[in-house]
Amino acid sequence: MATTAPARSRPRGGLDPARADVYRDWLRQMLLIRRFEEKAGEAYSLGKIGGFCHLYIGQEAVAVGSLAALGPDDYITCSYREHGHALARGITAQTVMAELFGKAAGSSKGKGGSMHLFDASLGFLGGHGIVGGHIPLATGMAFAAKYRGTEQVAVCYFGEAAVNNGAFHEALNMAALWKLPVIYLCENNRYGMGTALERASAIYDISERASSYDMANEVVDGQDVLIMYAAMERAVQRARGDKVPTLLEVRTYRFMGHSMSDPIHGHYRTKEEVEDQRKRDPISVWSQRLIAEGLTDEAAVKALDKAIIGEVNDAYQFADEAGDPEIEELFKDVYADS
Amino acid sequence: MAIVTYRDALNQALREEMQRDADVFLMGEEVGVYQGAYKVSRGLLDEFGPMRVVDTPITELGFAGVGVGAAMAGLRPVIEFMTWNFALLAIDQLVNSAAKMRYMSGGQVGVPAVFRGPGGSALQLASQHSQAFESYYAHIPGLKVVMPATPADAKGLLKSAIRDDDPIVFIEGEMLYNTKGEVPEGEHVVPLGLADVKRSGGDVTIVCHSKTVSLALKAADELAGEGIEAEVVDLRTVRPLDSETILSSVARTHRCVVAEEGWPFAGIGAQVVDTVQREVFDELDAPVFRVTGADVPMPYNKHLERAAKVDAGKIVAAVNQVLYRERDE
Repeated sequence: MATTAPARSRPRGGLDPARADVYRDWLRQMLLIRRFEEKAGEAYSLGKIGGFCHLYIGQEAVAVGSLAALGPDDYITCSYREHGHALARGITAQTVMAELFGKAAGSSKGKGGSMHLFDASLGFLGGHGIVGGHIPLATGMAFAAKYRGTEQVAVCYFGEAAVNNGAFHEALNMAALWKLPVIYLCENNRYGMGTALERASAIYDISERASSYDMANEVVDGQDVLIMYAAMERAVQRARGDKVPTLLEVRTYRFMGHSMSDPIHGHYRTKEEVEDQRKRDPISVWSQRLIAEGLTDEAAVKALDKAIIGEVNDAYQFADEAGDPEIEELFKDVYADS
Repeated sequence: MAIVTYRDALNQALREEMQRDADVFLMGEEVGVYQGAYKVSRGLLDEFGPMRVVDTPITELGFAGVGVGAAMAGLRPVIEFMTWNFALLAIDQLVNSAAKMRYMSGGQVGVPAVFRGPGGSALQLASQHSQAFESYYAHIPGLKVVMPATPADAKGLLKSAIRDDDPIVFIEGEMLYNTKGEVPEGEHVVPLGLADVKRSGGDVTIVCHSKTVSLALKAADELAGEGIEAEVVDLRTVRPLDSETILSSVARTHRCVVAEEGWPFAGIGAQVVDTVQREVFDELDAPVFRVTGADVPMPYNKHLERAAKVDAGKIVAAVNQVLYRERDE
């Protein structure tokens, strides 16, 4: 079975010591997502979280590295596997966990749940639940930026299964035709639910889809946060500076099942494959690099992890103790005046 | 007052709202260079330029979603579907994105967009180009459904729709574009959610919207010749439904007929009947009758098409039924 192909480019040379705080913060964010997701999985098993719950474990470097290259006014839309993006954008663990618990203190007042995290003040315009359905939305946000002549860019995160969908092609065509400042970031984690990429797509390299629209594209190693950041920085430059869109195919891997009801391995992928992929855990890759370059050490990583586990436990407790929305909320927010 | 066609009344509304608010733009197939498939956007490209009058590829799902996204970012898009038949390709964006965004974001993100274009039965366009879809959209909480029957209402309702903060499904009557009527110049705004009594009468209430309004008025004329005074209630906004106007009319006339171009099953009339029987049951002197399009795909053949469509005669027949009236043939 095919495995994640190596990325085209890797930055050479050492890390910039002047950016050590930034690099360490990326590690902190990735650890936060990892520990948060582990706790969410636990809460789901306890029945504290209902419905669907799609964990981001294994893909942390994608959200952290790419969001680090954005500005505060930029627009972000995601699929339903978006807990990590919400945390990396700066929605607090408490607020995200409360939303997963369906509580009034959640980011959508408990009305959205795991798949619909929003924070308009951060330009975080949703987790969306229909595969590919949000790709035109991000395109519209980029249209709005162009219309108003702002410097904003729009970023759309989606899985590789969405690229076989009409919404993807319709949106990319218009973005290229109209030269919109949008970045389509395809998180290729190899499986659309239980269907492997090569069982669903006529071509293997998703980046090649961009050639239909004469659009800039790159294949990116999504397990290395610095490579992810560098590629995203180039894409942001194209969007903000050159006013053109980019398709990034980011190769990553989901270490967990599609959702909480899907085992880690089974019908569609082997235990060996998952174990092999886990050798490139984005958090180990990055912590080892920082240690090797002398920008942190084992003890500091352990202390950081401990602090994050505490933060996540606090978020869990906060969400658990938070109140349900009042029943009057049922009919509110349907219309502007409701 | 100036006599204006329905098409030009819509054009006036678009032009005035685009002049008033720089965030309003028009996007759709053939809206610019071609001047609109039905010429509703005539002259707008010249006046406002290509950034505000945007020709799209034939890609309903895509550009409807672009409209929703632009609205989420604070613009006020008017998205034109060449017809509502084609908008079925975009229904995911209307139902799953536009209608639900405010709710699932906990009130943070609204979608102040208007989706507009012609709907309803046409003339010998066969099954795929001659359909009434208002019940599809009226079913969805979060959407408002607006269907003007006259040039004045077309202008006033479109202006309200563009200013509204919720997503609007604005269905124009495909066969109404050439109809003429008095239209107030300048600021003429008709509030959403208010029905309009187009003709007063004490014997029977005919509830209708869009093209069936003119058919109901024709039926009322015919009935008046036989001494029956029908009250014609034009819904204007299908959702929210102005129950108050319907109920107060039925409470006076005690008889009701509901006419619509759409199919009978789960149609708009079914909702009206539900409201009427629940709220003013004791006022009714007869069951409420519905007049709808025939429960078939629209045929091409002229005679079959005529049989499938609502006309004044079918409305008169339904009125006679609720009046328990044998008609002199």
